[in-house]
Amino acid sequence: MEKKQYERPIIKSLNQGLMNKFGTRTEYMPVTHIDGVAVNELLQNYGSPLFVISERKIRENYRNAKRIFETRYPKVQFAWSYKTNYLNAVCNVFHQEGSWGEVVSRFEYEKALKNGVPGSKILFNGPDKMDDDLKVAIQNDSPIHIDHLDELYRLIEISNDMDANPRVAIRVNMDTGIYPMWDRFGFNYENGQAWDAINKIMANGRLRLVGLHCHIGTFMLAPSAYGIAASKMSELALQIKNRYGKIISYIDMGGGFASKNTLKGSYGLGADSVPEISQYAEAITSALLNAGFDNEELPYLYLETGRALIDDAGYLLGSVISNKRLSDGRRATIMDFGVNIMFTSFWYDHKISPAQEFGHHTEDCVLYGPLCMNIDVIRENVTLPPLKAGDHVVVHNVGAYNITQSMQFIALRPAVVMIDMKGQPHVIKRSEQLSTLEEGEVVPDYLSKFSL
Amino acid sequence: MKIRKNIAISDSGFLFNPSTGDSFSINPIGHEIVQMIQNEKSEIEIIDALTADYAIDKNTVEKDLYDFINMLKTHKLIE
Ligand SMILES: Cc1ncc(COP(=O)(O)O)c(C=O)c1O
Repeated sequence: MEKKQYERPIIKSLNQGLMNKFGTRTEYMPVTHIDGVAVNELLQNYGSPLFVISERKIRENYRNAKRIFETRYPKVQFAWSYKTNYLNAVCNVFHQEGSWGEVVSRFEYEKALKNGVPGSKILFNGPDKMDDDLKVAIQNDSPIHIDHLDELYRLIEISNDMDANPRVAIRVNMDTGIYPMWDRFGFNYENGQAWDAINKIMANGRLRLVGLHCHIGTFMLAPSAYGIAASKMSELALQIKNRYGKIISYIDMGGGFASKNTLKGSYGLGADSVPEISQYAEAITSALLNAGFDNEELPYLYLETGRALIDDAGYLLGSVISNKRLSDGRRATIMDFGVNIMFTSFWYDHKISPAQEFGHHTEDCVLYGPLCMNIDVIRENVTLPPLKAGDHVVVHNVGAYNITQSMQFIALRPAVVMIDMKGQPHVIKRSEQLSTLEEGEVVPDYLSKFSL
Repeated sequence: MKIRKNIAISDSGFLFNPSTGDSFSINPIGHEIVQMIQNEKSEIEIIDALTADYAIDKNTVEKDLYDFINMLKTHKLIE
């Protein structure tokens, strides 16, 4: 007789579970396939843990966002925010779709160039551009988004030396009614800094002021804030036109649209409670359209949307190492991935699904990573079926910032696989080896030998 | 090891403790174990019965059984 499939015995108190502070039924529905490829097979072929990216989902997200903006506004250009996920394969999917590049460091800039993005279509942001970075950006005709006065002066000097007239924008920060206000980057609108910077650029004449840039925050839950920001940006652009007769060719609204993740401490699941892209689009485009631009002088709308385009295209597959009972009776499950490769678990309650079928009984548990440190918590409380060592799970919405912010601590970083439009997996980043880590290491001769 | 006398157990795997008003759900295998405890099976007998019926190794069953029994104790369902 064939033996029955085993499931760990569980008992669950119904008194606590009822109000459901732990999650909903959909959270523990098994996810056995991603874009038609079996999770078990992926783990078998590429090892556990494993990042998986759905090319289909990226393209869908991009086309959807593009359509939503383009049906509301005639001149829209997306620029892929490299820091959100700068695996070349991922960037190139965006570039194939027509997205430019947005970078905040020299190495990102080099990556974009190497990927084949023309210099003139790489927006160079960030507070930390070195002289040489500025020179290269000038040579390549990349729009340089100036973050602070020191950079402004430096850029004028360098441009004088090179006898060049680079295209620039200034980054503007402002009060959009949200707290905390991001006033660390760029020039403030309300206190006149932004206008001062504009006057300096115009009076000096060396730099060509072509755009205005802002990035008002991250995971913004209030679309209205974008409306306020777009109005203030338009106001500045019109002031420039009035004062100097100069037409600003683009307004860059940065990134910050919320993804489908659930912020820690928020009620309701992210997927149900975050604004739709159309709400952001409506706020931004109606502000621009109502600002008073002449029709033929409408600025381009640039968008540096990151997480909202990639988060739900990324999955982390992993395996259960062990189960424990904590001293207070709660169940703890130890996974083979932790905050080392899931940095975003510090601020999101990531949705986690089992990758195999279970009965309908569930348990509340704490999910820990494998690191030897107390902060290595993936979910403080989550409802899952009884997982046993070796079982697999799928973590959702990890496409943004996890790969770029991952740390190499204790464990080597895992491979990344992209599933193409035909359901074919491709390794787009190999898993790290010891040799990857030691590549830059040098042991001085006198330390090369010892006897124990 | 005995299930407390007044605990009500339904066929579908619900437990009710009338003296505290607490109710619990158990999955089918948990239900089987509770029934074996009611039938005064020892832990060793339970482990043998489960490994005979299910595709699972003895170590895992043993570890899970002790954990389960501990939870029954925590919830004051066995004495
Ligand atoms: C200047 C700039 N643009 C775009 C982004 C992308 O933001 P998000 O991923 O929240 O859309 C960021 C992220 O911090 C940023 O700093």
